[in-house]
Formats: sequence, structure tokens, C-alpha cells
Amino acid sequence: MESEKQEYTITAYTENHVGLLHRITIIFTKRKINIESLTTSESEVEGIHRFTIAVTETEEQVIKVVKQIEKQVEVLKADYYKKKEVVQQELALYKISTESLTRGLDVERIVREHNARFLTIEEHFVVIEKSGFRRETVALFEELKPYGISEFVRSGRIAVSRERDGIGKDVEKILAEAAV
Amino acid sequence: MATAEAIQQSTKTKPKPTKRMTGAEALVQILLEENVDMAFGYPGGAIMPVYDALYDHQDSINHVLARHEQGAIHMAQGYARANGKVGVCLATSGPGATNLITGIADAQIDSTPLVCITGQVPSALLGSDAFQECDVLGVSMPVTKWNFQITKAEEIPVALAKAFYLARSGRPGPVVIDITKDAQFEEFDFSYEKCTSLRSYTPKPKLDHSKVAEAAELINNAERPYVLFGQGVILGNAEKEFKQFIEKTGIPAAWTIMGLSALDTDHPLNVGMLGMHGNYGPNLLTNECDVLIAVGMRFDDRVTGNLDKYAKQAKVIHLEIDPAEIDKNVPADVPVLGDAKESLTELNKLVKPNSHEEWLQRFRECDKQEWDKVIEEELHPKSDVLSMGEVIRIINDVTGGDHILVTDVGQHQMVACRYTKFTRSKSNITSGGLGTMGFGLPAGIGAALGAPDRTVIAVVGDGGFQMTLQELATIYQTKAKVKVLLLNNEFLGMVRQWQQLFFEKRYSSTELINPDFQQVAKGFYIPTAKVTERDNLESAIEEFINYDGSYFLEVMVGKENNVFPMVPSGSGVAEIRLE
Ligand SMILES: Cc1ncc(C[n+]2csc(CCOP(=O)(O)OP(=O)(O)O)c2C)c(N)n1
Ligand SMILES: [Mg+2]
Repeated sequence: MESEKQEYTITAYTENHVGLLHRITIIFTKRKINIESLTTSESEVEGIHRFTIAVTETEEQVIKVVKQIEKQVEVLKADYYKKKEVVQQELALYKISTESLTRGLDVERIVREHNARFLTIEEHFVVIEKSGFRRETVALFEELKPYGISEFVRSGRIAVSRERDGIGKDVEKILAEAAV
Repeated sequence: MATAEAIQQSTKTKPKPTKRMTGAEALVQILLEENVDMAFGYPGGAIMPVYDALYDHQDSINHVLARHEQGAIHMAQGYARANGKVGVCLATSGPGATNLITGIADAQIDSTPLVCITGQVPSALLGSDAFQECDVLGVSMPVTKWNFQITKAEEIPVALAKAFYLARSGRPGPVVIDITKDAQFEEFDFSYEKCTSLRSYTPKPKLDHSKVAEAAELINNAERPYVLFGQGVILGNAEKEFKQFIEKTGIPAAWTIMGLSALDTDHPLNVGMLGMHGNYGPNLLTNECDVLIAVGMRFDDRVTGNLDKYAKQAKVIHLEIDPAEIDKNVPADVPVLGDAKESLTELNKLVKPNSHEEWLQRFRECDKQEWDKVIEEELHPKSDVLSMGEVIRIINDVTGGDHILVTDVGQHQMVACRYTKFTRSKSNITSGGLGTMGFGLPAGIGAALGAPDRTVIAVVGDGGFQMTLQELATIYQTKAKVKVLLLNNEFLGMVRQWQQLFFEKRYSSTELINPDFQQVAKGFYIPTAKVTERDNLESAIEEFINYDGSYFLEVMVGKENNVFPMVPSGSGVAEIRLE
């Protein structure tokens, strides 16, 4: 087991019930673990929700937290992954003034070089969209900074495992067993 | 309502006929279907429709009116732990619900099955900071196994079915159901189906027989095996299987405070109590065994002391129902997930008959040292000052160990648990995990009502007694036959002991200038006596126990007596001090 703190992605497949988000976050609060990002969405299994939680912690602590999450009545299955065990992305939006576009071709070049794109160009502002790793969205932020970023937002990490079947397969099995 | 669908889908029987009624009436019908014959609570605006419905069913559901919601929930806990059924508790919204929280937290950490039903402001007012509105779901979430808010009458059957099922199945725990007042009034077509499974919930992990075999292999080859047992043995109704296991293998067994009474005190393999104020041998020899077998216990820090110095030499086998407990505090070499009864039954088939006489002898030698240094003086003091231990010794003599012991929290709790003799399971009711002062008296009332054929003795300290003493009125009203034993040392004794040992006797806010407890008990119309001298102790205790009804006995004990042995916090179990 790795004893250094490092980046982990925790995934939980759950029922879609009011209050479950709170139930899961208090597991972290109780242990004073900072949640770096948390995303909930539908999963590939019909009617089943999925939590994706990013933390920087020791593996031992992550294992304990995952067990506590799975213990919650409305959680079907939870697991955790190291950085290299997932394919992950974040999405960032950058708002800058339209005016700064007119000051030469720099912004367009930057957007191209970073594999980003213009989401919209309005009279007074433009919105640039970039998906990628944290360091990539940060790098673009740094380059756009001189042009005046009036708004910036980045989504939580979303990730899928590199395993052939994710834990969704286990969840489907649980559901199939419950149905008989 | 994904939940309703899930449950209805899983029950393939044809739909039951429905009957039109209000949500409140449905709730009472459900209590009847779930075999609830007693509930503990306190009324108020937001739960009034339910109380009104209860009015028509007083013959079948005895509602015990406590004098504080904390009292009500501790009664429900005492009731549940004495007779094994789910404890039911009712309270109104806002302060009624928040007053339950201490008991809910206590039930959560001690795995006690409870269903707490709280009234809530009408659904239209939710979130408006209405009178007596409190986010009960949010407040209780960290301390419940599950909770749910009902805003429509039609949600009541499914939510309540789930509540009872979750409270009592698997590792038991408290469930809170918060019902808005409009849902209680609303009429709907009622039918009820008990819940028997949920797709997202596994009450008992499936036993892995290869792990059982691995465990048996370790046990069969062990030279100094040692068993630690907790409440899992009691909650899993596995007392018989547990006894067979230790008798067949000849392994010495020590208990956590929650496991106490699962095995007769006088059983030759019962070597005593674990933990901070446990017995000398059980703590010391934890660090000498070669195989440590933990059954239904969770390696609480009060049991293990400093984990870096805990049983490092031993291979650890952990029989446990809750996967989250495996490796939480002490890593298990062989985890055996499952309920205690099933795991032990399978294990018993594979373990070889054995005896460990030499190893057992080590425990006896330690007992001798503890007797000389601690126990003899505690049970038979040479000084004129009365000790808590001698009071407990005489109680044992009078009851023969057949009573239910309920304790509050403090020195008297440790002494009572250390020295009480038990001959029956489910006979020790104490706040183990949370250490809630004020637990003893109301839990004693609940136990007396839940096990009316047993003698129930609530041992309380002068500090904790004053946290819930208003429940003496509940004794008077219900005629619960609980015996209340106050061990009065005029101190918050346990804290004072720490101040003496670790804070240079600086007795900061631990001395109690007490009221006249005799007058207090008399004011509540409870027969009472006070003992200050040894000469009267035995006859007073006989009267106390043989009296047909509740009785309040106050014994003045040494003001500055200490509880030993002791594993100072931060120390390892082998650093246990006898003085
Ligand atoms: C609600 C609560 N508050 C504070 C404590 C801390 N505490 C533990 S034992 C104790 C002293 C108990 O005094 P008493 O009831 O007189 O029992 P004694 O130790 O004297 O037998 C205190 C204050 C606690 N356990 N629970
Ligand atoms: Mg005291």
C-alpha cells in the first residue's frame, strides 16, 4: 500500500435519492478530508447515479473512506483509483472581452495552440472552452491572463477506469440478483 | 419515488387490499404490524395527529411519556437492548427532534436498533424558518444508519417498512423518519408490506468458507490463542455458538464492555474485561498471544490503547458483520465477514478440540496480582469508607447474578461492569461508545419496561443522575420496577481521578455540592433509603432488591477512591497500571 498522499479518484454507484450527497460528503468532513471536486451524474446503468470524487490522500485513508461510502444504505458499490488507473478530464471556461480579440491575433493563436475553442463570441465578450488535465487548463489560464479574464470556471474531475469493465458491471450484477 | 417502486417490484405477491385513512392512522397501523407494543416519546404541535391516532390504540400500544426527549430515547435504547426488539421513539419537530440527537448518536455508535419518528412543519413551510422548524434530516444524518423525510401520506408505508427493516437487520442502528404535519393529516389508500430486502443494501455479507478454513488453520496451530468478544455475539444471538467455540478450543476469552454478559462471568474460560479499566491479564497478555481472535468487536481505542503498541506479535482473525470495520483500527490477517452465529457455526466444525492450560495459567497469575493490589481492597475494604465495589459484591450475592445491570457513565460504570456477575445474556446495558452521562436512569426504565420479568438495577453516579433525574416522574407514572442505585461520591469522580493522576490534583469544577437526593426521590413518590455506614449496607441492599417496585437507594462512597487497573490514554495495553 502506498503511504504517501496522492491523487485518487473515488467512484460510487448509487440510488438517486435526496440527501445522499450530504450523507457521502459528511464521511469526508468527519475525517477532515478535503474534497477537491465532486461530480454527480447518471451512469451507464439505468436509474443508477454515479459520484466521482477527487481527493489527495493516503491510500489507507481512501480505502477506509470507500468502505464507509459503500456502507451507506443507498450506495450499491464504491471503489477508488490511482491516477494512472483512470482516464480523466476537466472542463474549463474562460470569459474575456471581445475587445482583446481585436488587439492582434494573439488570443486566436493561443486558443489554437492549446487545443481549446471558442464556445461563443458575443458583442462584448467571448467564451473559450478547454478540456483536459488540470495542468493544461491552468496553462491556458496563465496565457490568457494578460488579456484580462473576467470569469473563469473549471468543472470537477470526471474519470472512467482503465479496466475493461468498470464497477458498473458489478452494479448490474447486484441489480440482476435483486430482481429475482 | 424510486424506493417505493423498488420495494414493490421485489415483492411478487398480489397487491393487498387498501383501506382509506389518514397518514397518522396509517403510521399507527404500521407500528401494530411491526409488533410494536411500546413507544417512548413526548408530544408537540407537529406530531399531534400521530398522538391523536395513538389515543384509539392505547390497549395495544403503550406510549410511555418521558419528561424530556433525551429521556425518551434512552428508554427506547434500554428497551431495545433488554428485549432485542426495535425501540420506537416519538418527538415533535424542532427542539423535540434535536433533544433526541444525543440518544441517536449513542444508538449509532453502540449499534442499537431504533426507529425515531419526528413531526415536521407542514411541507408548504419547509425551508421558511417556520415555528419549530429544524433540518432534522441534515442534523441527524451523521448519526443515523438511514433517515428519510415524508411529505406525502402515500410515502408512509414504504418508508416505515424500510425503517424497521434497516434498524434491525445486519448491523443494527437508529433510523429517523421525519413526517410533515400535512402528511399526517392527509387521507390515502393504505396497505402495508413489510420490507425484506433492498437492492442497494447487504445486511449480512456472504460467508467466505475459505476464510473460515484459514482461520481454523491458524487457531488449530496456535500455542497461545486469545479471543476478544464484543456485542456482535449478543446482537447476532450467537452466545451458544460462541461458548461452544471457546469450550471446544479451550481458548481464554475476554470481553469488551459491549460484549459483557454474552458469556457467564464465572465461566472458567472467561478471563475478564478488556480496555482502559479492564482486568490486568486480559490487557497485558494481549501482547503475548500468538493468535488474536476478535469476534463482533471493533477495536475501539478504549480497548486497544495506543495502536502502535497493540498485539503487534499476533496474527489477527476478525469475525465481523460490517466490512467497514475490517482493517479500520487493527489490520486483520484473516478477515471473516459474516454474522457471528453463522461464522462461528462453520468455524466450530473445523477447529480441533484443544486445551491451553499453561497459557490459561498466565491469566490466573495475573488475576492473583490484580486481586492482591486492587480487587481485595475494592470488594472487602479495610478502611471505614464504603467502596463502590463492595456494594456491587453484595448485589451479586442477593440476586445471584440474575439481574439486568444498567449503568450511567463514570467510575461507578467501570466498577459495576468490572464486578457484576452475569449469568444471562443481554443483561448489561451501558453507553459504551459515546459514554453518555444521563443514560443510566432512563435506559433503566426502558429495560424494566422491556423485560418486566427481570430485576433491573440502574447504577448511577451523582453527576450523571442529575442530567436526567426528571425521569423519576416517568417511573412514578409508569410504575416501572427499576431499582435506582446512586453511588454518591460527591464528585464527577472519573474526571476527578484524571485530575488527580494527570493534572496534579487540580480539581477544576469536579466537586459537586449536591441536593438532598432523599428529598428528591421522595418528591417523586419513590421509596428511598440512604446508607452511610457498612453496618446497614447489606440489609439496605436486600430491601432495595426485594421490594416489589421501584426503589431509590443512595450509598455514600469514598470521595476520592480511584478505579484501577488503568491503561493511561496514549499508553499501550501492556503498560497497564495496577496502582
Ligand atoms: C454528557 C457527558 N458530559 C460529560 C462527560 C464527561 N464525563 C465522563 S465521566 C464524568 C464524571 C461522572 O461523574 P458521576 O456521574 O458522579 O460518576 P462517578 O465517576 O463519580 O462515578 C464526566 C463528567 C460525559 N461522559 N458525558
Ligand atoms: Mg460521582
